[in-house]
Amino acid sequence: MIFFDFARRNIRLHWFRSVLAVIGIVIGVIAIASLGILGNSLVLSITETISDVGDTVIVTPHTGAAAAGNGPGPPGGGAVTSNTISERQVGQIERAVGPNTVIPLAQGGDAIAVGSETGAAVIYAMPVEEMPALLDLADGIYPRSTGGALAGSALAAEFGMQPGTRVQVGSNASNTLRVVGVIEERGVGFDINPDFALIVPHAWYSDVYDEEEYDQVIVKVRDVGDIDVVKAAIEETLNRRETVVDVLDTRMILESLFQVFEQITVFTLAIGSISLVVAGVSILNVMMMSVSERTREIGVMRSIGTRQQDVLRMFLYEALILGLIGSIIGGVMSIGTGYLVNAVVLQRPEFLFVPSSLVYILYGMGFGVATSIASGIYPAWKASRLNPIQALRFE
Amino acid sequence: MSDEPVIRFDDVSKVYSLPGGDVVALDHVTLTVEPGEFVAVMGPSGSGKSTLLNLMGCLDVPTSGRIFINGEEISRMSDDVLTRLRRNHIGFIFQQFNLIPLLSALENVEFPVVLTERRGESRERAIRVLRSMDLEEELFSHKPSELSGGQQQRVAIARALVNEPELLLCDEPTGNLDTKTGTAIMDLLRLENGEGKTIVMVTHDPKVAEYAHRHIRIVDGRLV
Repeated sequence: MIFFDFARRNIRLHWFRSVLAVIGIVIGVIAIASLGILGNSLVLSITETISDVGDTVIVTPHTGAAAAGNGPGPPGGGAVTSNTISERQVGQIERAVGPNTVIPLAQGGDAIAVGSETGAAVIYAMPVEEMPALLDLADGIYPRSTGGALAGSALAAEFGMQPGTRVQVGSNASNTLRVVGVIEERGVGFDINPDFALIVPHAWYSDVYDEEEYDQVIVKVRDVGDIDVVKAAIEETLNRRETVVDVLDTRMILESLFQVFEQITVFTLAIGSISLVVAGVSILNVMMMSVSERTREIGVMRSIGTRQQDVLRMFLYEALILGLIGSIIGGVMSIGTGYLVNAVVLQRPEFLFVPSSLVYILYGMGFGVATSIASGIYPAWKASRLNPIQALRFE
Repeated sequence: MSDEPVIRFDDVSKVYSLPGGDVVALDHVTLTVEPGEFVAVMGPSGSGKSTLLNLMGCLDVPTSGRIFINGEEISRMSDDVLTRLRRNHIGFIFQQFNLIPLLSALENVEFPVVLTERRGESRERAIRVLRSMDLEEELFSHKPSELSGGQQQRVAIARALVNEPELLLCDEPTGNLDTKTGTAIMDLLRLENGEGKTIVMVTHDPKVAEYAHRHIRIVDGRLV
């Protein structure tokens, strides 16, 4: 192992530039590992908050058509396009999807007041008979009449609502509802986000706000395998002549969302890799300096019987040592920085400790060592190919 | 040892192709060096002395002609085979001493042994050979930069001898030393020659050349 020893001693002799080269690798490894961890944790944290399973079809008014509606009317005087879904269209959807549950809902927001406490809330309005299909209760019962409402868990906590609490909606003191139930915490969804919302009967809502139509229709599909059939049926019914509604299913949204996450992760890793490339160039530089400074020494070694492959090995060891030191330091520090970025960006440092996050530290270290060795190949090859006579003459 | 010469040059030429035209460094040289000889190669600078020594040392191969070292023809040997030949059969002593700065005196002597298959006994052999060079033992662990020129050359000679080569090639071995130290080094070389080592030495110093039994004069790449 004398050539390993040579490499080690040479690094020690030129400790300052070796330290600089190692710092480059450390930064590169930390960049890759931390960005990888962050990307992975981002996916984890979003996955965790997304409550949807892929059993929901969401029908919304086609936004493009709504925008066009501001100009001259649609050609041919077809169905009136607007940014709402009418009762008639809901009926068409119901017939198209057969036995699956159809939940039309309107969405708004208004000031609310509970006792002397005032604030604002998102308001979802839907027919009382559909509420059990969409929402699970933590407390109380589902409303049976137009006078009852459900409160989202976060909203209930904020205003101290319990079953029986009276809540005033809007500025008109006569528009009050009695909260009969509190919804279980649900997280972020693609259909509705009820945690901060008040769920009111649609009849009451259209009465108070004079709004008969719906903002979206949610179809709960009994068998996930039927999703494509259900979507096709709705499209066939409503979008035959022109696009009136957009039909999305949560599975598709989830898929495209995760695809975006993957791209973000790849992108951030690419940014991290740049710093490693820079580190590689710095190692290349250090090694080239080392080779040219030691040209005469290489000549001596060759003349007294050192083979080309031994010289090659000696310089590769040097790159390997730099890479290993940098990667180990970088790997250890990545645990800290990974924890830190998760804590700062996501407020969830514990996402670091799952295998799919930790593996990025190994990736970073692996890339660090590989970059170092790759950077060492050319200088090492050059050193081994030196002509002994010319190297001996080198001053 | 057979009666085969240690070195045999058979009509050897060496031509360097330079941008300004070809330079003939050696011009049809034929010579032999017999075992046990002490040969001084003399000549003005640029005459081809160094080229001759490099070819003898298997650091280079001839443009034409044939070179035999211990009866083996070297011009068609691969770099690895030439390197092994240098390691096992040839010891180099340079004007600049050329010790490896990263290694201590003892490690420098040990290095050629480590390159061979006899690693295990490398340390004892290095100590034994270095002791015979009249070097104080406390200097063994010093780095070359901490040694005087004479001390460095003693270490270099020990390094050249440690693998027990048949042939010692010396390039101005006293060129960087004062007269007194130079004489001591030459006495060491004479001692080795007395023990049967073949020595070829390049020098331009007639006093140093007196140690040799035979002188080869070279001018413009030709023997005279």
